[in-house]
Amino acid sequence: MKTDDLIEALSLDVTPGVGVRPRLALAAGIGAAVALVLVVLWLGFRPDYPQAFGKPMFWMKAAYAALFALAGFWCVERLSRPAGSGRRGLTLALAVFGLVGAISLWRWMGAEPDARMPLLMGHSWRVCPRNILTLALPMLALTLIVVRNLAPTRLALAGAAAGLFSGGVAALIYGLHCPESTMPFVTVWYSLGMIAPAAIGAALGPWVLRWR
Amino acid sequence: MAADLEDRLKALMVRGQAGDAAAWRELLSLLGVRLRAYFARRMDASAGSDVEDLVQETLLAVHRRRMTYDPAQPFTAWAHAVARYKLIDHWRRNRIRQHVPIDDVAEWLAEPEAESASTRGDLDRVLSVLPDKQQKLVRDVKIEGLSLAEAGARIGISEGAAKVSLHRALKALIARNSGVED
Repeated sequence: MKTDDLIEALSLDVTPGVGVRPRLALAAGIGAAVALVLVVLWLGFRPDYPQAFGKPMFWMKAAYAALFALAGFWCVERLSRPAGSGRRGLTLALAVFGLVGAISLWRWMGAEPDARMPLLMGHSWRVCPRNILTLALPMLALTLIVVRNLAPTRLALAGAAAGLFSGGVAALIYGLHCPESTMPFVTVWYSLGMIAPAAIGAALGPWVLRWR
Repeated sequence: MAADLEDRLKALMVRGQAGDAAAWRELLSLLGVRLRAYFARRMDASAGSDVEDLVQETLLAVHRRRMTYDPAQPFTAWAHAVARYKLIDHWRRNRIRQHVPIDDVAEWLAEPEAESASTRGDLDRVLSVLPDKQQKLVRDVKIEGLSLAEAGARIGISEGAAKVSLHRALKALIARNSGVED
């Protein structure tokens, strides 16, 4: 086909398509719904489920996860575009981590030596990152499909951003199951649970995000 | 001049995104010309039909993925990133055709977006170590995007001789400039 004919054909098909943000929002909506189903059917709600909404720590955890989800969204929304940079989202993630990490460290140092390990390890440190990662995987798969149909040009970074986005949303939903209520626990184990899907996304990105 | 082009292309892109067929046709035509020069400069002269294939593939990608352009960002950077991605993808798929030393040189000799007066001065200085005919050959092939046969004809030598001469010129430039930072 001659290039001029191609241009002619393409210019007959100019109906505007769905934008970047609605596509990512759809992936997040479906991903969150699947994570919620997993909590209901597999993990169960936390024992104090309805009363938990009245506890500040529940909302602290939710805010921490939501800010990571927002940071991931900012990153992936940029990195899905040619020449896009994830700097703004990364800055937010690091700022949130730094702030919450500093508060946690301060709490931890202020605790009695005997109380420190329980503060950090809680009751569920063994399963927390694994559970968050599991809840994140369906959304990660969906987000990678969405991003692949956009136009990322830095594939590992775009994959990592998709993972951070999914990890943040998954951690938010995981708060409905997890009864842990200390800042040091959240800083270490929630963060690990959100970074794990980002690492998987970064590893898969160069393979699965390659588009023609 | 570059700023004018940026404004013009960006305006066409925004109208095209909104569904303006005439603007879209004009943008794709303008991009087609620039892409052809961009790819030709970076690919072997024998890859003539590959260049055209790549131009078409890139135009198709620009078309299908046009919603990824954010009007708050420069359009030239967006289009350049798409073209670069397509070129690297092409190299990955056809590893054998890649001519690494020449491409390396082409990469820093001719970056059209960045060719300000000062880089043009740098280029003159870098090329000045070569004999006049080789200077002209390097400019014609690597910057203007002419084929080896055309560029050879301009300085009165055959295509084969042009190929050899160009290769020697680039080798001399690499030897002279490798490891020299300023």
